[in-house]
Amino acid sequence: MCLAIPARVVEILPGQRAVVDLGGVRKEVSIDLVADAQVDDYVIIHVGYAIGKIDPEEAQRTLALFAELSEAQNSPQPLSVMGEVL
Amino acid sequence: MSSSPNYLRPIDFKHGHIDMTHGAGGRAAAQLINELFAKAFDNEYLRQGHDGALLPLPSEGRLVMATDGHVISPLFFPGGDIGCLSVHGTINDVAMSGAKPLYLAASFIIEEGFALADLKRIVESMAAAAREAGVPIVTGDTKVVEKGKGDGVFISTTGVGVAPPGLCIDGRQAKVGDVILVSGTLGEHGVAVMSQRESLTFETAITSDTAALHTLVQTMLLALPDTQTLHVLRDPTRGGLATTLNEIAQQSGVDMLINEADIPVLPQVEAACELLGLDPLYVANEGKLIAICAPEVADTLLAAMRAHPLGQGAQRIGTVIEDAHGFVQMATRFGGRRVVDWLSGEQLPRIC
Amino acid sequence: MKYIDEFRDGDSARHIADKIAAEVKPDLAYNFMEFCGGHTHAISRYGIADMLPPNVRMIHGPGCPVCVLPIGRVDLAIRLALERGVILCTYGDTMRVPASNGLSLIKAKARGADIRMVYSAHDALKLAEQHPDREVVFFAIGFETTTPPTALVLRDAKARGLRNFSVLCCHVLTPAAITHILASAEAREIGTVPLDGFIGPAHVSIVIGSQPYVPFAQTFHKPVVITGFEPMDVMQGILMLVRQVNSSRAEVENEFSRVVTPTGNLAAQQIMAEVFELRESFEWRGLGEVPTSALKIRPEFATWDAERKFELVYASVPDHKQCECGAILRGVKRPQDCKLFGTVCTPESPMGSCMVSNEGACAAHYSYGRFRDLALVNKGPTASNSIAT
Repeated sequence: MCLAIPARVVEILPGQRAVVDLGGVRKEVSIDLVADAQVDDYVIIHVGYAIGKIDPEEAQRTLALFAELSEAQNSPQPLSVMGEVL
Repeated sequence: MSSSPNYLRPIDFKHGHIDMTHGAGGRAAAQLINELFAKAFDNEYLRQGHDGALLPLPSEGRLVMATDGHVISPLFFPGGDIGCLSVHGTINDVAMSGAKPLYLAASFIIEEGFALADLKRIVESMAAAAREAGVPIVTGDTKVVEKGKGDGVFISTTGVGVAPPGLCIDGRQAKVGDVILVSGTLGEHGVAVMSQRESLTFETAITSDTAALHTLVQTMLLALPDTQTLHVLRDPTRGGLATTLNEIAQQSGVDMLINEADIPVLPQVEAACELLGLDPLYVANEGKLIAICAPEVADTLLAAMRAHPLGQGAQRIGTVIEDAHGFVQMATRFGGRRVVDWLSGEQLPRIC
Repeated sequence: MKYIDEFRDGDSARHIADKIAAEVKPDLAYNFMEFCGGHTHAISRYGIADMLPPNVRMIHGPGCPVCVLPIGRVDLAIRLALERGVILCTYGDTMRVPASNGLSLIKAKARGADIRMVYSAHDALKLAEQHPDREVVFFAIGFETTTPPTALVLRDAKARGLRNFSVLCCHVLTPAAITHILASAEAREIGTVPLDGFIGPAHVSIVIGSQPYVPFAQTFHKPVVITGFEPMDVMQGILMLVRQVNSSRAEVENEFSRVVTPTGNLAAQQIMAEVFELRESFEWRGLGEVPTSALKIRPEFATWDAERKFELVYASVPDHKQCECGAILRGVKRPQDCKLFGTVCTPESPMGSCMVSNEGACAAHYSYGRFRDLALVNKGPTASNSIAT
């Protein structure tokens, strides 16, 4: 559900709009819902609107966890590494 | 003051528009044909000035004939336009039986009000494509329909070619154990066209791959010690690779297994597809072919393809396997396996 | 593509798969529902089901906005286009949804209706500006992810006094639907829908945050792991669910922490609250009437509410008698349990909504997985030995 993809902000335009880049493809989108988006931020685009921003540190943490899994398969991973537990 | 009895004011190709008289068969129609079509396509057969072209018969082999109607929106897109597309598309249909294309016929249905400047651009693009391919447009027709009854211009082209004796390339010939090759990266044409569609517009450096593939086919045939080892050729146009492979699997009564990691797709095409929720395997190509051949000649064929400018990106993508269901399956890059089905309906941008 | 490719790495996925295999208890069955069609799509498209141990079963949920759109709502849209002469704008997904009398939007278009596919709600608003002499109606569907853009165009239409534009609002809410599944009669009947945990929505949660699932996890004592739509995310989400089940926990965990926060996108929530209010009840295809599970346009925006403007009256239309979409959407049946599946109901001529969208359980199984139903397929060589490189 809800097809959305991360794209990099390359230019902020007037009227809460921005140009984003996804692997060399550029498209104008609305940043009305992510007003603090800056150039070089990665935003999640859905139907032409940015709906959220990627937190690079959290992304890194998730990837690091995958890497740990592949390196040390037999040592159990602490759950706390996976973001907050509510 | 004297007047020339045959004087006609030259057509205004800068600001003029097609009107109903251009299709009425009178002087205006004749003038359009002379000043535009005949001039652009000029060749000895067209110069005969008959309704039909008288053409020399090939000395041997079988005649191959293919026809293709071209309707596309927008008419001009990055890397091409409806004009060159209508030449390449039909040449490729003839070439996919292994034949050498010889002649083309073209029929235009033009909407009243269509800008003559655009028509001229399209016709000149066709002429250039035909000349570059070495396949003359030997006869043609023009009709005009009232405004609102056409979409600018529709072009139908018919091609005639000759297949050498003994060649047996068709969609029913795929055999278990055969190797599946593609001539290059997939999806560029569809993405280039979609990037220009109103309401979808996005910026990309991708251009249509539209090209005439007959010289590539000839190169491939020459590389083979025995041309019977080349079983199927097909250009994956509408519906893309996935649909074309399914057609062949069904016609030949076999199954196929392709390997996702080996299927060449440009990163920008992948990105555009992500953006629109499309799958590059279903996106149209206009300058690529699929070849299915006996396993022992696969390397030779691949090398020959890669040595040709239109086959530099050729890849081996899978094999024909035994299964009565006519499924095309794919080993995913991720390690799983799934069906690659026919395109259902139309590829539409999705929200989910 | 950054933040996409890294999450599609097959090698790492196999390590997670090994981990799952090592941690599942052989005597336990793990039945997890992925609520979202996005997860259904990822599971089918990447062949994730093949990588799971046999006692881990994924059950497809109702999280596909196209699949849960009831026939009666599509009928309203079709009538607007055919009988009221409006320009009806819609996302591509809804074009083929079957409606009454063998119609769909695509078929209504062939009968002369002016139906335009748009990529964005913004484009619908632009169309209204370009055609001041025509009524332009945006047929708005989707979950919380897709709702804020609709709210923004309604706000803009009001601000610009654009009176020839209106919205036929069919936006629905996720937490209500998840709760409904577990509260349904079948779910209470032990053994019919044995759900042990939920893969929670990815993009919906960007908007609403992870907190709304907490009461649900507590009330029903079911673990929820909010999970991204990339295949490695899904594998990791499954691993996290397995661990919760093994330790008898029922918490809300967040695998998709790179974009989902506990509170979500406040700006998006604010504009939604400004423009929409709760509907008392809304019909979901397959689930029936679900209380407070959808949104309607607030009275302040009545001028731009197509239901009010055109005085539309909703009438429920039953699905095809043999169509099992309802049971499939609740996780009670699988696509292959339906008599219509793959016979009269195919992606070319869908009878039920689950066959329409790429994310529908039936379409996903038909398009990507149906060879698994046939024993014959295994006669073929495997990918690794048949494709020499």
